[in-house]
Amino acid sequence: MQSENRCLNIILQIIFICMAAACIFPLILVISISFSDQEAIARFGYRLIPDKFSIDAYKYVLASGSGIGHAYLVTILSTVSGTFLSVLVIAMYAYPLSREGLKYKGFFTFYIFFTMLFSGGLVAWYMVVTRVLCLGNTIWALILPLTMSAWYVIIMRTFFQTSIPASLIESARLDGAGAFTVLIKIVFPLALPAVATIALFQTLAYWNDWWNPMLLITDKNLYNLQFLLQVMMKNIQMLSEESMSADAVTQIAENIPQESVRMALCVVAMGPILIVYPFFQKYFIQGLTIGAVKG
Amino acid sequence: MAANITGLTTVYRKEKNKERKKTGGDLNSVRANLLLYVMFLPGMILTFLFSYLPMFGIIIAFKKVNLRDGILSSPWIGFKNFEMVLKNSNAWISIRNTVAYNAVFIITGLIFSVALAIALSILKNKLSSKVYQTIYIMPHFLSMVIVAYLVFAFLNMESGFINKSVLPIIFGEGAQKINWYAESGMWPYILFIVRTWKTVGYGSIVYLAAIAGIDMGMYEAAKIDGANLWQQILNITLPSLKTIMTIMTIMNVGHIFSADFGLFYNVPMNSGALYPTTLVINTYVYNVMTAAGTASTGMASAAAMLQSVLGFVLVIVTNAIVRKVDESSALF
Repeated sequence: MQSENRCLNIILQIIFICMAAACIFPLILVISISFSDQEAIARFGYRLIPDKFSIDAYKYVLASGSGIGHAYLVTILSTVSGTFLSVLVIAMYAYPLSREGLKYKGFFTFYIFFTMLFSGGLVAWYMVVTRVLCLGNTIWALILPLTMSAWYVIIMRTFFQTSIPASLIESARLDGAGAFTVLIKIVFPLALPAVATIALFQTLAYWNDWWNPMLLITDKNLYNLQFLLQVMMKNIQMLSEESMSADAVTQIAENIPQESVRMALCVVAMGPILIVYPFFQKYFIQGLTIGAVKG
Repeated sequence: MAANITGLTTVYRKEKNKERKKTGGDLNSVRANLLLYVMFLPGMILTFLFSYLPMFGIIIAFKKVNLRDGILSSPWIGFKNFEMVLKNSNAWISIRNTVAYNAVFIITGLIFSVALAIALSILKNKLSSKVYQTIYIMPHFLSMVIVAYLVFAFLNMESGFINKSVLPIIFGEGAQKINWYAESGMWPYILFIVRTWKTVGYGSIVYLAAIAGIDMGMYEAAKIDGANLWQQILNITLPSLKTIMTIMTIMNVGHIFSADFGLFYNVPMNSGALYPTTLVINTYVYNVMTAAGTASTGMASAAAMLQSVLGFVLVIVTNAIVRKVDESSALF
């Protein structure tokens, strides 16, 4: 038995290592391309180990000729303000829902719950956001559509219910604390893991958002990182389609940075997340598994 | 998302019961708790603007929308938009692709995620198990735009890793280069690999957590009875996971008409040559909507509405089935 298990363990370890390698391999390839010399790429193609090492791509990126500095600012601005706003709005909706016995709670729960079941579809959403709300080409287009989330309200409500004793809230209220004071001074500190979890989920959503800018942004000054990368990719694709006139081809080609620069941009865009996420992994897992597994 | 949805479980229903039980108490008065209701406002307004207004916007599907008249005063045309969609061959391709891809993803995703979770759980060294988990979850945190770049690094015609490094090793130096972004036959496999790479690690989290909740005493007892590892998995682990596996699968089936836009748009670079195998309902709607001409707006909204309504019906139906399987796991 024992030796059989040890043998199995070794086989498993080998499989796991191979899978881990498969997970990381594409990242290493892209990082390696970003450090490759452009001429070497032209001759040998993308290699796992650069034939000729070069940091020109990063020099170019940092020299801000690519608009990346500005896109970075837009991403950081929308991520920070969006996450802050989002956590606030979600917590404010979740807190009253967590109070037992609040009148009309069923209605307020159903109000957000229904949005998880049915939606108006992309076209109607697009029409409303651009024509009625007029969010096209504004920074709000990168912030507001992601702010409210029915699902996160329910996660946070559950956290509040399970981690904050109702008696504590009652006694604070008897001492004369208002609802907002209770939320900020008592609920937030006690439910910090929940707040952190939602904040992380939302940070990730804002940082990785290319969908909203794709639909709502055409102004280059409002490109965020992900959208900048997406537009670049689109231009490459247009080049390879045959129907284009020679003039248009040269015009687009001039605007596309070299291959190593593109991959450097990609590394710069995913870098912060990859560096940070292992430290916060616990919160992500917590957020995903709360309520999902019945104890 | 699917994982998230199961999480909802009974909360909604439980709450209703609680409300009924409670009588009196100071929270019962609306006026005394006005501030609590004020807290709902920002969330309510945002939900109204971004979720409920678009629901009314569905009327676009029954109108011939033109820019001059705006949405409300454009003429009604009944079901013409729907007829146009149903006559369009791309629409049918997109429906077929969406359902086929999702069916494969649901089945393989389930098998891979459960297998990975079980394998991770029987690993003796807990530290290495944690490290592996961290690595496998990593792709989940990359956006589909980044993933498209990673895929491009492999498939680029001129200098991609496969054309320049892998093919020459297999077929020798004179190997024929493949124009991957024009070979539609390869894309079901490519998309399958990309999707598996990106989601299986994250998908295993739910099952891993469920396995952690299994009573260790059962395994001890089984060992004393002489059950080997395989028998333990077959007779303890899998039966314990049965409910959550069923629910996750049914929930996913409820979303079989909605595809991951990023995967089918960014990764194949929306290449027209690949449409036969990469076009899904979501990308079809987007492409029609952004195409020139206002006739397409109506058609796109008709397709989007079909998708919403079908999705809604399916979620309701699947939820009813979930309630039969395990009442406490039903969404509502």
